Amino acid sequence: MEPIRGRIYRFGDDINTDVIYPGKYLSITTDREEMAKHCFEAVYPDFLKEAKSGDIIVAGKNFGCGSSREQAATCLKYFGIRAVVADSFARIFYRNAINLGLPVLVAPGTASMVTHGDEIEVDLEKGSIKNCGTGETVQASKLPAFVLDILGDGGLIAHLRKKLGRGKIRGG
Amino acid sequence: MTLAEKILARAAGRKSVKPREIVTAKIDVAMSHENADVVLRAFKEIGVQKVWDPDRIVILFDHRVPAESEKTAATHQRIRQFVSEQNIKYFYDLKEGICHQILPENGHSRPGDVMVGTDSHTTTHGAFGAFATGIGATEMAGVWATGELWFMVPESMRIVVTGEFREYISAKDLILHIIGKIGATGADYRAVEFSGDTISSMSVASRMVLTNLSMEMGAKVAFIVPDKKTVDYVKERTDRKFNPLVPDADAEYVHEMKVDVSSLASTVSCPHTVDNVKPVIEVAGTRIDQALIGSCTNGRLEDLAVAAGILDGKKVASSVRLLVVPASRNVYLEAMKRGYLETFVKAGGLVLNPGCGPCLGAHQGLMAPGEVCISTTNRNFRGRMGSSESFVYLASPATVAFSAVSGVITVPDSNHK
Repeated sequence: MEPIRGRIYRFGDDINTDVIYPGKYLSITTDREEMAKHCFEAVYPDFLKEAKSGDIIVAGKNFGCGSSREQAATCLKYFGIRAVVADSFARIFYRNAINLGLPVLVAPGTASMVTHGDEIEVDLEKGSIKNCGTGETVQASKLPAFVLDILGDGGLIAHLRKKLGRGKIRGG
Repeated sequence: MTLAEKILARAAGRKSVKPREIVTAKIDVAMSHENADVVLRAFKEIGVQKVWDPDRIVILFDHRVPAESEKTAATHQRIRQFVSEQNIKYFYDLKEGICHQILPENGHSRPGDVMVGTDSHTTTHGAFGAFATGIGATEMAGVWATGELWFMVPESMRIVVTGEFREYISAKDLILHIIGKIGATGADYRAVEFSGDTISSMSVASRMVLTNLSMEMGAKVAFIVPDKKTVDYVKERTDRKFNPLVPDADAEYVHEMKVDVSSLASTVSCPHTVDNVKPVIEVAGTRIDQALIGSCTNGRLEDLAVAAGILDGKKVASSVRLLVVPASRNVYLEAMKRGYLETFVKAGGLVLNPGCGPCLGAHQGLMAPGEVCISTTNRNFRGRMGSSESFVYLASPATVAFSAVSGVITVPDSNHK
């Protein structure tokens, strides 16, 4: 997999899934583009104005804690977030992101190495993060091979289709 | 091996497993609520025609019941159709109540089983000695297709609880106290085993409060080691065979914590994180607009009994909206028979239908900017229950009931009854 390069959008610790995707929009179950319009809407409304498709989220500890709502990972992916790098993740969000093909990397030290708006490069295979401006790097623990496979296939659905011999999804 | 290790080893067909190993385990029970709509879309995308085992999938409606919008009505409709097409045996429509009460009541929560649910508070079912954890919708689609799932074997920690609770102090105060001590990430990725005399003598419902809220300190699973009380409860509710497991005497724990509850005071979790825990006395006098008794944490019969005991013959403060949400239809019926519902209504409370109610901010009693709610639920994140400018305090049914009467956050005290 090619390294991912992008501008970062910086968050602090304990960003929960109610904040990422408010409960009042849980009735949206299938329209993923619509979900993307509500990322962080209630508590960090600036995100929708300032963040751009192609950005990478960098956060502190416990990103994605709380509810198991998959919309929290879906809305970020369909907004165009390329990857999420954090000091630590809550486990359900972490698994959801991988299953949806949204790369996530546990990389303590990244949050303190970058400031809002910096450009970074994330190499999932090597597990490394580079601050493109300063050249500083952080080495994270590598993702297990089967997780890289799921991400490489574009998520669990595509991965299972391949495994079960169902071929590629048409139309998505 | 610890209980988590023993259950995962058996489910993975292995003699033993070690923490941090990745194993593939067979799933005994797969639960979804309204988000089954997201699951079934992903399931159809996989391209498999039939679910792996229609008798091991449980589907119910609780998060938005009755439908609060046309969108949700359509969600319910699509799921009912899927249930019928796939011959899903265990389907509980919107009249029944909250998943984490319906599953135990109907014998789906069994010692030694591996359970997954598309709900983070699935850890609740560890109160019956099941390895039970929350997963996402896409992952659940994979479970529906294959009947198995990968897990990293968690490290285990043990919390030993001794002593007797004082009057009006309960499991809710205990678990909030523990979360306050170890923090929102204090049990991250771990299995938590609760043990000790206090746990042994606790009711099944109170045990569920502990495993339910363990999610809020990051636990992957939480357990009460199954005992006679567990087995009796489950046997009364299912004919399906189950095979309880208990941890080995030489099991290894990464951390052990001891708590003596005999000096524990009424405890509250303050806005806007669950680990922002204080003794109630430190925030006593805070004005409230809403008081909520219910949820998968504290909407059971014993919770309503405590609240009814406090509210009997009293009036809710005129400035306060008291909402009571029984956890299930059975709880509702029993509370009706015992006169609790009459007590709530006479006191000026509003009794809602069984379900998740306003806990997750979807409907039924949301909050305006500046408003304060004291609630027996499990999350107080900013904006969780309505406006991002509102405030939620989490507390026991006793604390909420006393506060509803006085109109301000109040330490439960029989002298003021």
